[in-house]
Amino acid sequence: MKKEPFLRMSKRESISLWKEALIYFVAILLALIVCAGVIYALVQMNPIDVYKAIFDGALGSKRRIWITVRDTLTLLCIGVGLAPAFRMRFWNIGAEGQILVGGVAAAALMINLADKIPNVLLILLMLAAAAAAGIVWGLIPAFFKAYWKTNETLFTLMLNYVAMQVVTYCIIFWENPKGSNSVGIINQATRAGWLPEMFGNDYFWNIVIVVLLTVVMYIYLRYSKGGYEVAVVGESERTARYAGINVKKVMLRTMAISGAICGIAGFIAVSGSGHTISTSTANGRGFTAIIVAWLARFNTFAMVLIAFGIIFMEKGAIQIASQYGLNESASDVLLGIILFFILGAEFFVRYKIEPGRHRQQE
Amino acid sequence: MKIRKLLALAAAATMALSCTAISVNAEESAGVALEDLKVGVIYIGDENEGYTAAHMEGIDEMMEALGLDESQVIEKTLIGEDETCADAAFDLADQGCQIIFATSFGHESYLMEAAAEYPDIEFCHATGYQAASSGLSNMHNYFDSIYEARYVSGVVAGLKLNEMIEDGTISSDEVKIGYVGAYPYAEVISGFTSFYLGVTSVCPEATMEVKYTNSWASFDLEKECAEALIADGCVLISQHADTTGAPTACEAAGVPCVGYNVSMIETAPTTALVSASNNWGIYYTYAVQCILDGEDIDVDWCQGYSEGAVRITDLNEDVVAEGTAEAVEEVVASISDGSLHVFDTSTWTVDGETLDTYEVNGIEYISDGYFHESEYGSAPAFDIIIDGITSVVE
Repeated sequence: MKKEPFLRMSKRESISLWKEALIYFVAILLALIVCAGVIYALVQMNPIDVYKAIFDGALGSKRRIWITVRDTLTLLCIGVGLAPAFRMRFWNIGAEGQILVGGVAAAALMINLADKIPNVLLILLMLAAAAAAGIVWGLIPAFFKAYWKTNETLFTLMLNYVAMQVVTYCIIFWENPKGSNSVGIINQATRAGWLPEMFGNDYFWNIVIVVLLTVVMYIYLRYSKGGYEVAVVGESERTARYAGINVKKVMLRTMAISGAICGIAGFIAVSGSGHTISTSTANGRGFTAIIVAWLARFNTFAMVLIAFGIIFMEKGAIQIASQYGLNESASDVLLGIILFFILGAEFFVRYKIEPGRHRQQE
Repeated sequence: MKIRKLLALAAAATMALSCTAISVNAEESAGVALEDLKVGVIYIGDENEGYTAAHMEGIDEMMEALGLDESQVIEKTLIGEDETCADAAFDLADQGCQIIFATSFGHESYLMEAAAEYPDIEFCHATGYQAASSGLSNMHNYFDSIYEARYVSGVVAGLKLNEMIEDGTISSDEVKIGYVGAYPYAEVISGFTSFYLGVTSVCPEATMEVKYTNSWASFDLEKECAEALIADGCVLISQHADTTGAPTACEAAGVPCVGYNVSMIETAPTTALVSASNNWGIYYTYAVQCILDGEDIDVDWCQGYSEGAVRITDLNEDVVAEGTAEAVEEVVASISDGSLHVFDTSTWTVDGETLDTYEVNGIEYISDGYFHESEYGSAPAFDIIIDGITSVVE
């Protein structure tokens, strides 16, 4: 007699878009209910008020909306940079370092070439330098992996610390006053090397750059030969080799692209929003962006939503911290619960669960 | 500590009262009505970190002294030294705050961005140095003469060292103090020098080794740094960094220590002597009172013992040397009445020479036989490594 399980699960062949959306919707709803329970259990506050404060913190005023947009763009940019690497199953944990070297390259030009060359040229040079620095930081682990099969997870992770030391070293030359470890706002008076205001908006160019990258990356991954090669190498290196794909070349090329975009994210962080450089310029966003890229399953348009969701919670966190005296860790708890449910929902998107067939065998 | 706190509160209250009296007369000056007042504060950390906790305490004192409601003070915690600081400042301005404080050194240039855009709002920055030169009339710097309190805590440490020499725990040729510093610049250098001068005022044979964590608040780094100093033969540890890392290491090693911001007795019950501490409430009360009265806030504000703006925490009676309380009282009195100058040039040398001139940003700081710390700008300016101190910059 063969025992049948109560529930059977099997991999879905495909899933309709509305069904997938429904699963995620239910997941977020459940997450919010659990969050509400946690809020009430811990601090006995009305969860609706807390949710309202989160919303208010992220989108409550024109300025808050723009700040949320600005930070969403930066996170999205990093996610877009990580997408091809992860698509290739190349575990690039090194976005943090690629952002930092990009930022440091941009800051170096910003400090040393200010008022020596026209501003447009300076900004273009900064962009190019940041991308180049990111490429170098991305190519090093790719080269070692392609030729000597080193572990890219550890390699890219360790390069983050190297990048951090590079930044610390550079700050010694740029800090003001000496020894304070603070560079402050670079070119505060002249605004040389800052992405200029356009149509009355400080972040116009951030939008242009990131939207362009997002669209181009979408097309590249989905419709280009190079993008197809990335996918094949990601599925199986042997298949790729059998199909005549030069795996080494694809690996190097993909990581160069990935590093370049992360370097550009560093440029945006320095030139387009922070106007300074410090070891916290990347601020963990290189890791957060992994969640963005992975959850969106490398669909760069889906990344927009996820990046927005994460930043939304982050900004809401600051608001509930100051409005209710809740520690900011409280919102980390909430974000954790929400991510847990969203990641859980992925399971239901990929597998289907059916009641077992309880037939008695005679 | 309780008595000091009471004293400080009393001082704040009298100040508030005397200022209110003036404001009645100056009805026309465009002051803000108490019920319309909104205050914004930007903190680098949160209540779990000593430096920020001290500022929060000061804000609470100000609220109590002036009778402000909880809803009139908007506090933003864990704001980094990057664009998030500008975001926070703009947001507080948008919420209608008439005065905005920021507490960390690296916040300054971001606060100036907001100050330039909101000329009608007053922006006050602790530990900074750019207000006077910024050309912004609504930008202000403030600090406390913490070097005075450090000097006093140095006296406590020096007396302890004398006791250790007397009872034979250490010999008089191995009196080396260790100092856990954050960053090697004027604020920290001024701090450890004043502490050291306090020590040598009673224990002249002491030398000091300074190491840096390159972080304002890192428990692990501060603990490791203190451990390294103890391993180097330091017999007493002090700190200018914001966590309880150093006292934790000292308690484990049985080495006496002097803390910063908050009392370390709970962390190190058998080794903590005392901590040098700021009383930010005095400034917050003053600055907010100015808004109520429609008066100008000082561009650079720096006060010490004479105004009750600095203090030392309760002495750990089980650990300090006999007679410490009396000695402290005496030193505090002579600092308050101006008869004792912490940076008296006759008490220290550089390369064996007594300095009689020293310029910082084009201003002569040495005259009348002492270095006029914090008199020409609120931020500390003393950045000289004097004889007897080894500063280890890696």
